[in-house]
Formats: sequence, C-alpha cells, structure tokens
Amino acid sequence: MNQNPFLQSLHWLAESSRWSGPDGIPIRTLEHLGYTALGVVVAALLAIPLGLAVGHTGRFKGLAVATAGAARALPTLGLVTLFALLMGIGLTAPLLSFVILAIPSLLAGAYSAIESADPATVDAARAQGMTELQILTRVELPLGMPLLIGGVRGATVQVVATAMLAAYVGNGGLGRYIFQGLGSQNYPQMIAGSLLVIALALLLDLALLLLQRLTGPRSARTP
Amino acid sequence: MKWVLDNLDVIAAYTGAHLVQALPPILVAFALSLPLAKLANSRGWLRASVTTTSGLMYAIPSLPLFVLLPGLIGTSVRSPLNISIALSLYGLALMVPTASDAFRSVSGDVLGSATAQGYAPAARFLQVELPLAGPVLLAGVRVVAVSTISLVTVGGVLGVPSLGMLFTDGVRRGIVAEIAAGIVVTAALALLTDALLVLLGRVIMPWTRRQEGRRP
Repeated sequence: MNQNPFLQSLHWLAESSRWSGPDGIPIRTLEHLGYTALGVVVAALLAIPLGLAVGHTGRFKGLAVATAGAARALPTLGLVTLFALLMGIGLTAPLLSFVILAIPSLLAGAYSAIESADPATVDAARAQGMTELQILTRVELPLGMPLLIGGVRGATVQVVATAMLAAYVGNGGLGRYIFQGLGSQNYPQMIAGSLLVIALALLLDLALLLLQRLTGPRSARTP
Repeated sequence: MKWVLDNLDVIAAYTGAHLVQALPPILVAFALSLPLAKLANSRGWLRASVTTTSGLMYAIPSLPLFVLLPGLIGTSVRSPLNISIALSLYGLALMVPTASDAFRSVSGDVLGSATAQGYAPAARFLQVELPLAGPVLLAGVRVVAVSTISLVTVGGVLGVPSLGMLFTDGVRRGIVAEIAAGIVVTAALALLTDALLVLLGRVIMPWTRRQEGRRP
C-alpha cells in the first residue's frame, strides 16, 4: 500500500481511460494549449505594437518600465479569482487575466528589442533614405528579434502557469487534475497533473528558446 | 469595504503568515547565490549549465512545484515550509545567473590592483568585489523579492495560510472586497519591500546615489 507516490502517478498516467474522453489527457492538454495561445496572441496584439512604438520613439519609456515592474507585483491568483467572481463562468474571465499577465513581458521584450539596435546602424539606415517604418521593420526588428521572442517566451511561461489556476475557478486545462486530486486527496493524481503541466511548460519554453536562437543575426551567433 | 473593516484582524494574520513564508526565501536566495555564482564563474562549463538549469527551473509553474516537492523531500503539501523551499528554488534560479553576471562585470584589473595593494582574498571579496557587484545584485534581489511575495499567494489553493487565502475564500463566498483586499495588500507588500530594498541600497552603497544624480 505504501507505494512511492511517483510510481503510483505513473500508473495513473498509464491507464488507457486517461487518454480519451472530455476529461482525457489529450483534450485537457489541448485546452491548456488553447488558453495559452489565445492569451499570448491577444496580449501580443496589444503589447507588441505599443512596445515597438515606445522602443522606436523612445517616448514613454519610463512609463513602460514602471508598468512592467508594477505588474510583477500583481498576484496571479488574485486576478483569476477576481475576474471569475465579476464575470462569472466562461472563458472571458481567465482570458482577461492571461492577457494582463502576459503584457509586461511582451512590452518589455518589444521595446528592448528595438532599443538594442546600435544607434549608429539606425542613423546609417536613416542617412540612406529609409523611412521610419522601413527602419523599424527592416533594421531594428530583425536585429532585435531574439529579444522580442524572449518576451514572447516569458509571456508564454507566465500564461501556462496561470492557465492552471484557471481550473481552480471552473475552467478546463491540465490544472483540473491537480484540483480534482486535491479534493479527493489523491496525491498520485496531483503529481501526474503536475508532471503533465511541467512537461508542457518545458516543451513550449524549449521550442521558443530554439526559435530565439534561430532568429538571431548570424554574426551574433558565432562567438 | 465593510468586509475589509470587519476583518482587519484576519487580513493582519494572513499578512504575517505571508511574510513568514516570503522573507526567508528572499534571504536564502541572496545568501546562497553569492557562493554559487562564484563557484559557477570559476568554471566555464559550470557557468553554462547553471544558466541553462536556471532558465528551465524558471519555466516550471509554481503550483506543480509545490505539489511535487513533498514527494521528493518529504514536506507536506499543506505546510508553509514547502512553499518557502519551492520559492527559495525560484529565487536561486533568478539570483544565481544575476550574481554570476554581477561578479563578471567587476574588472579584472581592479581586482588585480587590490591584490597588489595587499588585500587578502577574503578582504578583497568583501571590500572590493562585493561593493562593485552591489548594484547588479540589488537589481536581482528586487526582482526576487517582488515575485516571491506575489507567488506566496498560490499556496492558498493548497490551503496554506497566506494572503492567497483571501482569494480562495473570497471566490468561494462570493466576496469581491475580500479578493480586492488580497490583491491590494499583496501588491502593496511587494512594492513596499521593493522600496525598502532601494533605500537599503542607497544607504549601504552611497556612491550609486551620487552616480544617479549625475546621469544626464
């Protein structure tokens, strides 16, 4: 009876019934991925243009830095529960918290990406007659791409974690297994759920890390 | 608002429990990061693997870590100690690479001069290297402090007492003011700690204050 909980969680994962149906691992994983993608994409549509503008013009930089810093102090669980209570069951409440929590990393990634371009290079582009938009899209953005992807990476990691807390207020995703396990005192199930989320988070992180490396300028990649 | 005024004692008790879980990890992460970063900087391969491990550690969401740790080290899922240990690991994941960068930013010529002037290794570290690495270390500790104080609340879903309980209790009983109070107090605690760290930095590193004033 007193078996290692990690072995028991492997048994839990190995049961074939876990791998089908609406509460099955594939569906829960897809839900989790869907929440994450939706949260990051919506946040990116808002934050990246703003971050690019801040980085290119250099205006409101202090405000952007302060916002990103202050947002880190916001407790994720607090936002998730607050919106759930205010907006009821459904996807709007968790989505709103995902977006708010993803914005700081994306904003910081976007403006630091643009800022990282050597001012001499930017001036050279300007002297060659490039318009400001061309400078942004053909010089600053390609040079800063790894930093921008870094921001996306940070946001994704944040939303994967928060998507799990969304299960606490009645949504799907992999967090379900942890909260079900907590309710029924099924520690092996909690471990199984945790392992699944960690695997998903690490896979996404590594994929974005790879993308970050691949988008780097060639000269920067060779030491 | 009425809920807040009627429950100030509850909020105070949770704030106390919150700080008890949050402050030790911040101190542990800072104290352990110094020797670990020095060790990492002494070997190139070690430094590379520390950076990679820290990055991966940081990608692990907090709740699964809170759940896994008891199975690995025998703590209880519902114990504050479990939360503090997990948060120390996150703090280290953030602080070790920062401290490693901080020490690397200290010029080798300066250290060489200090040695030539007769500083013993320990004195050189404490009186030359540490103060010069100070501003970067402080920046790292500030990030660790703010994120640790915010992350403690996640323990609330596991039933570990902290300001996070205001969220779980508030959502269960449908009290918006309780959740709002939890968010405000947690954020205030984080920003207050951050401000205290900045102040502490100015007191123990007075030269950084003058530099800031001179910057155009």
